[in-house]
Amino acid sequence: MPTVSMTVNGRAVTGDVEGRTLLVQFLRENLHLTGTHVGCDTSQCGACVVHVDGESVKSCTMLALQADGAEVTTIEGLAKNGDLHPVQAAFREHHGLQCGFCTPGMVMSAVDLLKKNPNPDEGEIREWLEGNICRCTGYHNIVKAIQSAAADMKG
Amino acid sequence: MPDTGIGASVRRTEDFRFLTGQGRYTDDINRPGQVHAHFVRSPHAHAKIKSVDTAAAGKAPGVLAVFTGADMAADNVGSLPCGWVVTDRHGDPHKAPAHFPLARDKVRYVGDHVAVVIAQTYVQAKEAGEQVTVDYEELPAIASSAKAMDSGAPQVHDEASGNLCYDWVLGDEAEADAAFAKAHHVTRIDLVNNRLIPNAMEPRAAIGEYDGGTGSYTLYSTSQNPHLLKLILCAFVLGLSENKLRVIAPDVGGGFGSKIFCYAEETVCTWAAKKVGAPVKWTAERSESFTSDAHGRDHITHAELAMDKDGKFLGMKVQTTANLGAYLSSFATSVPTYLYATLLAGQYTTPVIFANVKAVFTNTAPVDAYRGAGRPEATYVVERLVEVAAREMKLDPAEIRRRNFIQPDQFPYQTPVALQYDIGNYGQSMDKALEMIDYQGFPERRKASEAKGKLRGIGFSAYIEACGIAPSAVVGSLGAGVGLWESAQVRFNATGSVSIFTGSHSHGQGHETTFAQLVSETLGIPMENVEIVHGDTGSIPMGMGTYGSRSLAVGGSAIAKACDKIIEKSRKIAAHLMEASVEDVEFDKGTFRVAGTDKEKSIAEIAFTAYVPHNYPADLEPGLDETAFYDPLNFTYPAGVHICEVEIEPSTGETKIVDWVAVDDFGKIINPMVVEGQVHGGIAQGVGQALLENCVYDLESGQLLTGSYMDYCMPRADNLPSFRVGMTQTACTHNPLGVKGCGEAGAIAAPAATINAITDALGILSMDMPATSEKVWRLANQHAQAAE
Repeated sequence: MPTVSMTVNGRAVTGDVEGRTLLVQFLRENLHLTGTHVGCDTSQCGACVVHVDGESVKSCTMLALQADGAEVTTIEGLAKNGDLHPVQAAFREHHGLQCGFCTPGMVMSAVDLLKKNPNPDEGEIREWLEGNICRCTGYHNIVKAIQSAAADMKG
Repeated sequence: MPDTGIGASVRRTEDFRFLTGQGRYTDDINRPGQVHAHFVRSPHAHAKIKSVDTAAAGKAPGVLAVFTGADMAADNVGSLPCGWVVTDRHGDPHKAPAHFPLARDKVRYVGDHVAVVIAQTYVQAKEAGEQVTVDYEELPAIASSAKAMDSGAPQVHDEASGNLCYDWVLGDEAEADAAFAKAHHVTRIDLVNNRLIPNAMEPRAAIGEYDGGTGSYTLYSTSQNPHLLKLILCAFVLGLSENKLRVIAPDVGGGFGSKIFCYAEETVCTWAAKKVGAPVKWTAERSESFTSDAHGRDHITHAELAMDKDGKFLGMKVQTTANLGAYLSSFATSVPTYLYATLLAGQYTTPVIFANVKAVFTNTAPVDAYRGAGRPEATYVVERLVEVAAREMKLDPAEIRRRNFIQPDQFPYQTPVALQYDIGNYGQSMDKALEMIDYQGFPERRKASEAKGKLRGIGFSAYIEACGIAPSAVVGSLGAGVGLWESAQVRFNATGSVSIFTGSHSHGQGHETTFAQLVSETLGIPMENVEIVHGDTGSIPMGMGTYGSRSLAVGGSAIAKACDKIIEKSRKIAAHLMEASVEDVEFDKGTFRVAGTDKEKSIAEIAFTAYVPHNYPADLEPGLDETAFYDPLNFTYPAGVHICEVEIEPSTGETKIVDWVAVDDFGKIINPMVVEGQVHGGIAQGVGQALLENCVYDLESGQLLTGSYMDYCMPRADNLPSFRVGMTQTACTHNPLGVKGCGEAGAIAAPAATINAITDALGILSMDMPATSEKVWRLANQHAQAAE
């Protein structure tokens, strides 16, 4: 079984994986980082979005071995010293989550959006979220939260 | 307004764990020594199982066992029951064919369960599943409910002749005919309420565990109602004593009805845990959710509305064929009957209504409650019918509704279809909605759209629902196999914090916040000192779970009742400590005072005294821990008006929702932020049904054609607008909180509002959902050609 090594949330990790092991399986099953979720089997729902070398990636669409040597950030690594990231805080403030299942992927995706486009309008936010499905919120408050986070992060 | 009390938009307690990846969903749980289950499912819609050869799979790497229906039969595992008996028009109970967790002789839909492979890893189980050889004799399949009753149609069950589960009526047909005979005009429509797949984002999952030392089982399950699941599994399926099964439903990632039911997979995991001597875990792949979660809706309806010359409704007749799928899911029979036809009066004074529902079996997945459950179907019938009537009668769509609204002074209002509405003010919601959307300005906006080459339309939906399900005696008389009360235990801890144990289950609704607000205000203690415990039959007295927008109206009322008991007992302790008579002790905001004196004791001090009863009333038990059961006196009747405005690009058929106004009356509101969130989500699901979502089976083969997110179109962020939510308020008259429930309203209101807007834009009377771009483009072209 091949060995894979990467940095996850600032911590060096190593594990034995099968060639077919997906990054999301490595995170959930080997590292027990269960904040990253699996909501589909066709790479559509976005519940599994993490950052790989600073880019948002659907971790169900990447083999663990492809992340060898990479810097990976999951939802567990976003808050620093117990302080929520501004996007996490805005999701709470604006009720951008209900059941919480799509939330980790939504938040990780939104963080990447604001890195690439610090001042998105509503249409740009909605278009960016095309790869993240939420069944609870109707997206209304997610969009509001991201707009608010954008403002907070500029201030 | 208080910071955390009733009426405050308190930010949610549960959010921190969800936002930091510390939620604990069933698939996040791993038990020591656990093994994994994979289900071998039928690739055919209808076939005889001639043989199942498990020998090769049994020898595959890592495999502990392969079980089939025969193994479960040998252990006397029962059929998954349907918990509501519908009595047909001849007085006979519905046809209830057996539904075994693993098929025994036949498979009846694509995805039906044939065998389970249990192995050390999920991959091993799945790979070994490929080696299970099933010899099928394919049979002709019936996937169309429209043709299910045709003579010569393939028969799904031998005991349900003509595939008919029941032929059921509500109302008096002769009276309805008499009303129609007097009509100035009759509006007739035919419509399809498209079949949907619920798609909670967390796929179903289960871990069954057996403790040989005590002979007891634990089941972790993605359930909306763990107590009911326990009851069904013990009493009907596995034959266990109820004290030998604990069901835990931890964080659950959305349900929308689909996680109410008792499913084959969790049954098999529980049963198999003892057989293999290890915890057995199963998590659905999304494709399994598509094929084997209970689906929703799927009605074909012909409806007629009789009116006088002023557009006053004289009578309504409705004929519906409801598809129940291949087997009866836990509450399938109630959805197209008591949760549907009883709502056909809508918000109107229609004096006579006759409904006939024929429920049929087909070779498709079971169909059961999905957000709204019967009430969206009823609203769609009524509000499409009323809209078409307005167009035919050349009446303004707001005006025809207003002429027929039940008026505020008519409550309590007895409808001709069994329900008695307690309170409402429908005209007020209509007025507010018209104002919010600027109805007066619509013609101008339409002109502006036309100037851009676009078609603009406006659509109304004045919905009503029956929630807070439900008075036990009433549902019992209608065939329900259970009582629909709720329980709550309020336990003061010695140092003044409180633990609430509720039978309601939160899978996104925010109970940990809303219930804590309620308790904080009622007992006068800080909200952070209130813990809400739910989802574990091992710690909660008993419960009926969450569905039918019942958690606050029924579960919250039970909490309020238990808090009252706490206050009454505390008052006696306070009187003793302050050497006053009980009658002289007043309670306000967490403090007991002797009237007219400066003597006072906080409720936290009383709690401490109750557990350290050194100076204590002689005739009182120590402790401060009270349980209450609340059985509602009536349904609650949330109602409102939603208005949708669309703009259509005729060259592509693209439909944009450019404005949405929702004005809802949910009675008293505890957390407006949470309530608005529920409305948004409901509208999104209703718009999804109206524009995008459609479950399609191939009518010849019975294959599911929309079995993934590539084929089943879920609403994405860029398909939806922001919503404008307004409220009106008439307090529910019969529960202690005055609340009605808000979880399903959006999904109930939205489909009719959307289709009414699109057909208005296109200048046509009717079209079926989903209004995809292709369909709209075709109709827009017809429209353009007709206009030339």
